[in-house]
Amino acid sequence: MVEPFDPHAYAEMMAKALELPLHEANHDEVARNLALAFRLAPLFLEFPLHDEAEPAPVFNALEART
Amino acid sequence: MTDWTRQHGHLIAQAIRAGETTASAVIEAHLLAIARRNAELGAYTEVSTERARAKAAAVDAARARGEALPPLAGVPFAVKNLYDIAGIRTLAGSKINRDHAPARTDATLITRMEAAGAVLLGALNMGEYAYDFTGRNAHDGHSRNPHDRTRMTGGSSGGSGAAAAGGLAAITLGSDTNGSIRVPASLCGLFGLKPTYGSLSRARTFPFVASLDHLGPLARSVRDLALAYDAMSGPDSDDPVCRKDQPAPVVPQIATGLAGLRIGVADGYFQRMGTPEAFEAVDRLAKHLDAKVPVTLAEAHRARAAAFIITMVEGGALHIDRLRSRAGDFDLEVRDRLFAGAMLPGQFYVQAQKFRRWFQSETLKIFDHVDAFLAPATPSTAPLVDQATFTLDGQELPVRANLGIFTQPISFIGLPVVTVPLLATNGLPIGVQVIAAPGREEVALRIAASLEADGMTHCKIGQD
Repeated sequence: MVEPFDPHAYAEMMAKALELPLHEANHDEVARNLALAFRLAPLFLEFPLHDEAEPAPVFNALEART
Repeated sequence: MTDWTRQHGHLIAQAIRAGETTASAVIEAHLLAIARRNAELGAYTEVSTERARAKAAAVDAARARGEALPPLAGVPFAVKNLYDIAGIRTLAGSKINRDHAPARTDATLITRMEAAGAVLLGALNMGEYAYDFTGRNAHDGHSRNPHDRTRMTGGSSGGSGAAAAGGLAAITLGSDTNGSIRVPASLCGLFGLKPTYGSLSRARTFPFVASLDHLGPLARSVRDLALAYDAMSGPDSDDPVCRKDQPAPVVPQIATGLAGLRIGVADGYFQRMGTPEAFEAVDRLAKHLDAKVPVTLAEAHRARAAAFIITMVEGGALHIDRLRSRAGDFDLEVRDRLFAGAMLPGQFYVQAQKFRRWFQSETLKIFDHVDAFLAPATPSTAPLVDQATFTLDGQELPVRANLGIFTQPISFIGLPVVTVPLLATNGLPIGVQVIAAPGREEVALRIAASLEADGMTHCKIGQD
């Protein structure tokens, strides 16, 4: 069974991996924002799209500046 | 005697052209108003006095030589402090950027406004790194709403709202990633134009979310918005997102009335999570315009979520080095959202961008049936400056994250919007979004101009 998402543990792990200075003072607020993001993301993650669906920004090599 | 600080930009230019006043007199009146009122409004972070005086003198000299003056000759304007102004540090609302060298060249839009004769007065306060809907700033002080200084301006273009609504500039320029022009326009009682994504150059402005960043003007009349838009639009190779063609001028089209226009009203998502004042304002305009066609933006709640995640991820990625090295120098209300954004998985971002493409293709079908539609700009009138939460549909929610719930799904797919100001039933300003198809700024401006001509809008300078 998958454990429920723990934003505090996730924040600690990611802070370590990304060398971000997570302290007691900002730990709760970062975790709160992560929890919000993980609550919102399923709204579009669960929406069915084809594998071929193109992301909105498309790089155009022909329009690149010289 | 005319108080030029209360006058529309196009009428200032007209009076200068007619010799009824001089650009120098107009600029001195504005500099005096800034000296008197800026401390309490928190609008400007830097006033470019000498530059303004020199430009005004050049306009007056050109008139004295009998030259034809350009459309915005002598019109005072100011820019959010994320625009580069040569010789001034581009703060982007931050403490950290104070260590940057002064900008060497003006932002493209400043160059274009000046080419049209406008006179730059300085740089305006904003929420840190534009991650803000309130106009609050821990480093420079909060912007205050000229209509009630206990209330917020909205943000992140808070100084742009305070300056235009406080009579400290005729036209201000802001930026809008998720609503940062439209929210302060709504709360400060101004007309605001968030153009089509890619329609105005962002060259030499400090970025926030490259996928969603727009620039545009706020003003006290539709004609001023249109004049500024025409002055600034056109291709710019310095911004790879900027359009490649020169659009037709919008000024000649704004007074052509409503004939042939089909106007709808957004339903569903846009009829929930707001106060009665927000919905009454939309109803009032819809009734006047006889706009009866309901318009449904399918899955708008998912669009808002996707915009939220794209903002977090791109914002976090942009600032990750500063988060590592100078976390203590961020505004606390901004920093921890950036921290969280830097930690989100790539899947969230890619899927949000795929959903954006789907949402765009679905939403554009609306324009087979209508030319424009109305929606609230903000869920409420201006909250108090220190107000952290408000109640929407019985839920207590953070003000900071939710003032943009009605603007976010629209900028997500880059549609052009004019925010139209009304006086809400509680006596404070509130805006309604007039939303058009991509590249059809003139449609939204025509509708706004028609409402303005019919006396349906309310745009006054805040009390002294």
